[in-house]
Amino acid sequence: MAAMEKLMGWIDDRFPLTATYKAHLSEYYAPKNFNFWYFFGSLALLVLVLQIVTGIFLTMNYKPDSELAFASVEYIMRDVDWGWLIRYMHSTGASMFFVVVYLHMFRGLMYGSYRKPRELIWIFGVLIYLALMAEAFLGYLLPWGQMSFWGAQVIVNLFAAVPFIGDDLSIWIRGDYVISDATLNRFFAFHVIALPLVLLALVAVHLVALHEVGSNNPDGVEIKKNKDPKTGIPLDGIPFHPYYTVKDIVGVIVFLMVFSAIVFFGPEMGGYFLEANNFIPADPLKTPPHIAPLWYFTPFYAILRAVPPMFGSQFPGVVAMGLSIVLLFFLPWLDRGKVKSIRYRGPIYKAFLAAFIVSFVGLGYLGLLPSTPVATIFAQVFSVIYFLFFLLMPWYTSIDKTKPEPERVTG
Amino acid sequence: MSQDVEGQKVDAGKRKFLIAATSAFGGVAAAGVAVPLVMSMLPSARAKAAGAPVEVDISKVEPGMLLTAEWRGKPVWIVNRTPEMLALLGKHDDKLVDPKSEMPQQPDYCKNATRSIKPEYLVAVGICTHLGCSPTYRKDIGAADLGADWPGGFFCPCHGSRFDLAARVFKGVPAPTNLVIPPHQYVTDAKLLIGVDSPKDHSLQGS
Repeated sequence: MAAMEKLMGWIDDRFPLTATYKAHLSEYYAPKNFNFWYFFGSLALLVLVLQIVTGIFLTMNYKPDSELAFASVEYIMRDVDWGWLIRYMHSTGASMFFVVVYLHMFRGLMYGSYRKPRELIWIFGVLIYLALMAEAFLGYLLPWGQMSFWGAQVIVNLFAAVPFIGDDLSIWIRGDYVISDATLNRFFAFHVIALPLVLLALVAVHLVALHEVGSNNPDGVEIKKNKDPKTGIPLDGIPFHPYYTVKDIVGVIVFLMVFSAIVFFGPEMGGYFLEANNFIPADPLKTPPHIAPLWYFTPFYAILRAVPPMFGSQFPGVVAMGLSIVLLFFLPWLDRGKVKSIRYRGPIYKAFLAAFIVSFVGLGYLGLLPSTPVATIFAQVFSVIYFLFFLLMPWYTSIDKTKPEPERVTG
Repeated sequence: MSQDVEGQKVDAGKRKFLIAATSAFGGVAAAGVAVPLVMSMLPSARAKAAGAPVEVDISKVEPGMLLTAEWRGKPVWIVNRTPEMLALLGKHDDKLVDPKSEMPQQPDYCKNATRSIKPEYLVAVGICTHLGCSPTYRKDIGAADLGADWPGGFFCPCHGSRFDLAARVFKGVPAPTNLVIPPHQYVTDAKLLIGVDSPKDHSLQGS
């Protein structure tokens, strides 16, 4: 034991190992009233690790070449020992990443976790979400199937809608006049090295900012306001380790049960996680009869389709889609409510939040369907509600009749 | 602007200037290094050279049929329009965004009622002007899913844009403009050359 302490002392003189362990685990005090919704942050971290590890092993057999890519994925599925498992873990991981991130973001929305002093945590989080969407989009081209090709064609053409520089911009992104080998090769580079580095850096600053100000909780009250006068430890705080590490392990086990069930019994999830048309090699001359993005992009895709062209340009639709995500950055300043948590919000906020959820899910559903005049009208109504949730927020949060917040956390 | 620090005279203004100058030059150097990286993402010399014209044998395209050729990696349609199809073309101008082909989506020699050199042959780039999907050829007049007044044409499965058999866009759909008519020329009656305005230009390619 003495030898162990001696070793730790030797390290601590050269690297703040014990200090870091204390600051972020054993003496990081988190509110004692975390509930179900607080599983998804650590689960997102787990999926990130899963994606990086499975991704590394996929690159060992994948070929980023338009002539070879499709066959190399089939090769991984059929000839590489356990290749099918690694690939299904990676494809399921992509969708599950968005499942946990959407739930994690919704948690932040419900309990006002984006409010002062956590604005930067929220902004870093939205940046992570953006990087994740880019990462998913880039990765989707790699199998070089029909949906890969035409999905990339549509998304890259969104940039071509930018006035004046659009055409040159989209050619620069593709590295060619059409989606081609050059595009595949650069998307591979971005997918396996550039964006993972960005993601890791953003996750690091997200956590540093969180541990600087401390976690929010379902009551939305600051536990640092009530500290033990002797120790300076928040009265409602408990050390992250062992209390929340143990709690999170339970979440991890349940999550992995669901994850494994999908990987082993339904990796395609009826076409929602892997689309049937993507099992056909890319054909630049023929668009599949119905193309829809993967489910996690469909709400934004529905907003894009809902906006009609104006002045002979589809740019307004692209702007609306971009704006629907950009608005998230301003959330901390749009919300003027006296309380943070939904538990003490008034009926107006709750009604707006409910309408927002219905719209977001509705847009997600409509984005999966072929466009028809009726579906377009629904998408337009939902898009308007989506934007009003944000744009009217300064008004309805300030007039809402809130309940008094408790002094200390409850339950 | 000088001040004393630990008994030494320090010229703060000079320091500020030197820091600003160093930062500015560092920034210029970083931007300079970024230029080749950004430029390397433009189409390579090989990609630019791949745009050679293609020759297509159109003798086997029967009336009403569509042939797809590949030019610069894009689908190019050649449709042999029947007299009935041509007769319907002029009857829905009021439903089109650009019936007279005012927008520069075609070479000058195709700026006419049929948007073609020979009235029967439509030659068009089969890429939707909305977001780049390839529309489906729907020649069935009054198709059930497209409405009783459908005169035959092209329907984009991605976002529902509609074009008539002269590749002109209908009003009220996401695509803003007519489909592009590529430069093309007939070498003989049966041989179509896509990618050049006249056979003479062929020898100038690559300049």
